[in-house]
Amino acid sequence: MKPAPFEFFAPRTREEVLELLARYGDDARILSGGQSLVPLMNMRIVQPRILISINKCPELSYIRRSDGHLACGALTRQAEAEDSAEVRSACPLLSEAMPLVGGAANRNRGTVCGSMAHADPLAEPPAVAVALEAEMVVGSAGGRRILPAEAFFVSELTNAMAPGEMLEEVRFPARRDARAAFVEIANRQHGFAVVGVAAQLEMDTAGLCRSARLAAIGVGPTPARLRAAERVLEGQAVTDLTLKHVAEAARETIEPVGSFHADAAYRLHMAGVLARRAVAQAMGSGQRGA
Amino acid sequence: MSQKVSVRLTVNGKAYERRVEPRYLLADFLRHEIGLKGTHIGCEHGVCGACTVMIDGRTARSCLHFAAAVDGAEITTVEGLASEDRLNPIQQAFHEHHALQCGYCTPGFLMTVTEFLQRNPSPSRDEIRIALTNNICRCTGYANIIEAVAAAADAMRGQAGRS
Ligand SMILES: Cc1cc2nc3c(=O)[nH]c(=O)nc-3n(C[C@@H](O)[C@H](O)[C@H](O)COP(=O)(O)OP(=O)(O)OC[C@H]3O[C@@H](n4cnc5c(N)ncnc54)[C@H](O)[C@@H]3O)c2cc1C
Ligand code: FES
Ligand code: FES
Repeated sequence: MKPAPFEFFAPRTREEVLELLARYGDDARILSGGQSLVPLMNMRIVQPRILISINKCPELSYIRRSDGHLACGALTRQAEAEDSAEVRSACPLLSEAMPLVGGAANRNRGTVCGSMAHADPLAEPPAVAVALEAEMVVGSAGGRRILPAEAFFVSELTNAMAPGEMLEEVRFPARRDARAAFVEIANRQHGFAVVGVAAQLEMDTAGLCRSARLAAIGVGPTPARLRAAERVLEGQAVTDLTLKHVAEAARETIEPVGSFHADAAYRLHMAGVLARRAVAQAMGSGQRGA
Repeated sequence: MSQKVSVRLTVNGKAYERRVEPRYLLADFLRHEIGLKGTHIGCEHGVCGACTVMIDGRTARSCLHFAAAVDGAEITTVEGLASEDRLNPIQQAFHEHHALQCGYCTPGFLMTVTEFLQRNPSPSRDEIRIALTNNICRCTGYANIIEAVAAAADAMRGQAGRS
């Protein structure tokens, strides 16, 4: 198991990356953390002719607050996002998701943007992007365009970028005092999830939910926003009854398909259970159970 | 075959330069170019952890990096842990607690535990288990590895307390 030969570039600036992408188009692949791409290359499932590493572009590595956003650059490692106090305060759902992404050795190298670009249907970071309506900043030699996360994730392992484009930045809306949880069911703890739900809530001083953002993985080819469950929460106090309605509403908008690890009915059931657990855990009530 | 490129790495404090194909994995560079066979290769897709090394002070899978892509980095391998004639406290604890049988997984565990205890010097058993979930051992059943990590943490805290 060794990769097929390729031509390798390690440009030093964003501009050079975009020039190379423009020159090689469809033949080129970006290498960021390599935690998804290199296994596929080792198994020769993917055989790019040109590999463009962005690992020598320090300007692409940052966590930045601006205009109500928290932005992660193309080279921001998952471990950096995990350890960032800025992320914890402005975008707690991203902090909650990070420890679930593989092991520490994977997160030390893997990037937030690489996970988005890879668009694995069971990956946690894309669910965070969809739940929070993140903006995906896509760049090419011709300029930039911004895609809403829900439009960026097209299907399993498929994003909306064209050849010659790269994901330059993900912008999450920055919040103050939001609470969040990411809960999953998996075949083994800390493996890839079978079903998972991400939830971020904002509560007002009267204890009513001002805003709720939920998304599920393992119930479709891309993360599924659970809008009906969000509507159940907004304007309400989070009581046992609300939680019950959250579970029911979560199941309304999804149509999971069965696979080797779990059939459709189980996935549908678990999406409700996990939506309820995620909201309860985000509230800090520690409430569990079906 | 693709054109060879020059790769410079500092490995366990010593500088090396070699010309290799861009597709040459860091794991192979360490084993075959430099002759450091302590870094083991199990799965070659990031799952087993046997190939774990440190890249610029943080653990990483050496099977998931092209040597050319980490050109200029500082690498620490399992050979960099012991001083001349003495095992470090983690190695010593693995030895004393019978935390290895065939030893194939051990270099990866040692590197993972090194970073883990730097970041969490007083871990609970559950935290140890979670930290080890991405290293696979097919012999020991893990129980003795968990004992060894707890013992290493105690020993290292003791040392830090004395100095
Ligand atoms: C053992 C193991 C367990 C894992 N477990 C999980 C898990 O539980 N949950 C999870 O979410 N992930 C998991 N992963 C995958 C995660 O670690 C990867 O980091 C992530 O999927 C890809 O990020 P990367 O930076 O490594 O991207 P790479 O592997 O470098 O790239 C992935 C793909 O995206 C493209 N790409 C990368 N960056 C860009 C960019 N900026 N613009 C355009 N295209 C780009 C590449 O060309 C490639 O096609 C696991 C991986 C391993 C090896
Ligand atoms: S050989 Fe690298 S993780 Fe298995
Ligand atoms: S001691 Fe044999 S695989 Fe761990």
